[in-house]
Amino acid sequence: MEEFVITQKANPHIDPGLAIWGWEVPVYLFLGGLAAGLLLLGAVSVLRAETDRPAAQRLLGLVTPILGIGMGALFLDLEHKLHVWRFYTAFQVTAPMSWGSWILLFAVPVNLLLALGTAGNAFGPGFRAFADRLPALAPLEAWAIARRRPLAWLSVAIAVAVGIYTGILLSAYGARPFWNSAILGPLFLTSGVSAAAAALQLAARTHGERLPFERLDVGLLVIELLLMGLLVVTLVSGPLQAQRAADLVLGGPMTVYFWVFVVGLGVLLPLSLETFQLRGYRLPVFVAPAFVLMGSLVFRFFIVEAGQVTTWIAY
Amino acid sequence: MKTRRYAIVIDTLRCIGCADCVVACKTENEVPEGYCRDWITEATTGTFPELHTEYRSERCNHCSNPPCVHACPTGASFVADGSNVTLVDPELCTGCKSCIAACPYDARFVLPEGYVSKCTFCMHRVEVGLDPACVSACPTRCMAFGDCNDPDSEVSRLLRTRTWKVIAPEAGTEPNVYYLT
Repeated sequence: MEEFVITQKANPHIDPGLAIWGWEVPVYLFLGGLAAGLLLLGAVSVLRAETDRPAAQRLLGLVTPILGIGMGALFLDLEHKLHVWRFYTAFQVTAPMSWGSWILLFAVPVNLLLALGTAGNAFGPGFRAFADRLPALAPLEAWAIARRRPLAWLSVAIAVAVGIYTGILLSAYGARPFWNSAILGPLFLTSGVSAAAAALQLAARTHGERLPFERLDVGLLVIELLLMGLLVVTLVSGPLQAQRAADLVLGGPMTVYFWVFVVGLGVLLPLSLETFQLRGYRLPVFVAPAFVLMGSLVFRFFIVEAGQVTTWIAY
Repeated sequence: MKTRRYAIVIDTLRCIGCADCVVACKTENEVPEGYCRDWITEATTGTFPELHTEYRSERCNHCSNPPCVHACPTGASFVADGSNVTLVDPELCTGCKSCIAACPYDARFVLPEGYVSKCTFCMHRVEVGLDPACVSACPTRCMAFGDCNDPDSEVSRLLRTRTWKVIAPEAGTEPNVYYLT
């Protein structure tokens, strides 16, 4: 048995346990994942040349505002806000946060151009009437329409990068055993695309438009479930510190949080509801997507908290 | 340029946990009230009556493989030229706290001004030939500071002749604060 008494150390947000990141970071991770998912599905819709105002293309216009709100949350988290521009005076190849800052910078113009290039198709006459009042927009729109497919391919790459980065950001911290798993990258990407599929179900105007996203979401939720299982397995089969991190959700203080709220209400319940809907049961269409979106947000709150309470040192 | 690997070697058999090192650091570096760059850990192992207590003066380990520097997105956390000493440039720091998340020793914190701070091995003193304030102030002379790359330094001699350990070596950061046991 070993007992520690630490004296003189009481740094705010460090002691007695790490609490440096509050609501801002999980909210950003959720919105970043959702935006990445919407950009990915919107770009895929463009590449498949879908017509008749598809929901995935309509929501392309929301990607930048969602990213903007997410980045706003990150800004609020900064302790030295006036120095925010310092992110763009350096590129640190070993720092995922630096990669993320630059990727987000590219994501915004690419998304705006793709949204502009598809707006006519996505919103029909409504957008034409709006665009006709802004003649200065016409050359840019013509440029974007002519390059819709390259922009869509670029968007796919950027969306995957943003989606994975939100997980890699945390998994790169070797000092926090619960985060230190490469599974977090694909898990966050899957969760982000799943949230986007849920948002598109809410945005769909007809059953026919909603159906592909329901099917997609069922697949994504199954993959998410498997990845969450693998995350726990890698921790359990890892070194002592990883095993201690796994204890957090295997009987420890975050067990109910993880299994009931993240896995149960965030993944299993919407997965069951969507499966029932696909089999013909009539349920209110907003219920399952609402649980997916909430689950995606709660999952990120959980992960950010779990990483901060796990450590390499025994006190 | 010759690379120096600065280290502090602390004799746990001499340390009595008086916290003079903590007070000296706060005074020397004007650390605000409620914050600290070094601290005392009292580790008791065993079961009564077979108990063993060890006092350790702990701080940033100035790791040779510093994850805090790798994680900093702006270059604010950096390794000083020609040594292993990790420092923070307040002018570049955004207070994103990435370095804090990356440090397995929880040795960093954010000052009220909004930038990250931590032990500097008192480089401003070392540059003029003095020991860090904590080492100078220790009443039991349990601490030694020096260059591990110099085989004739006191720290090299102690590490050659005594048994020692570092905190959480399995974290892979190659820490440079040693504890003689």
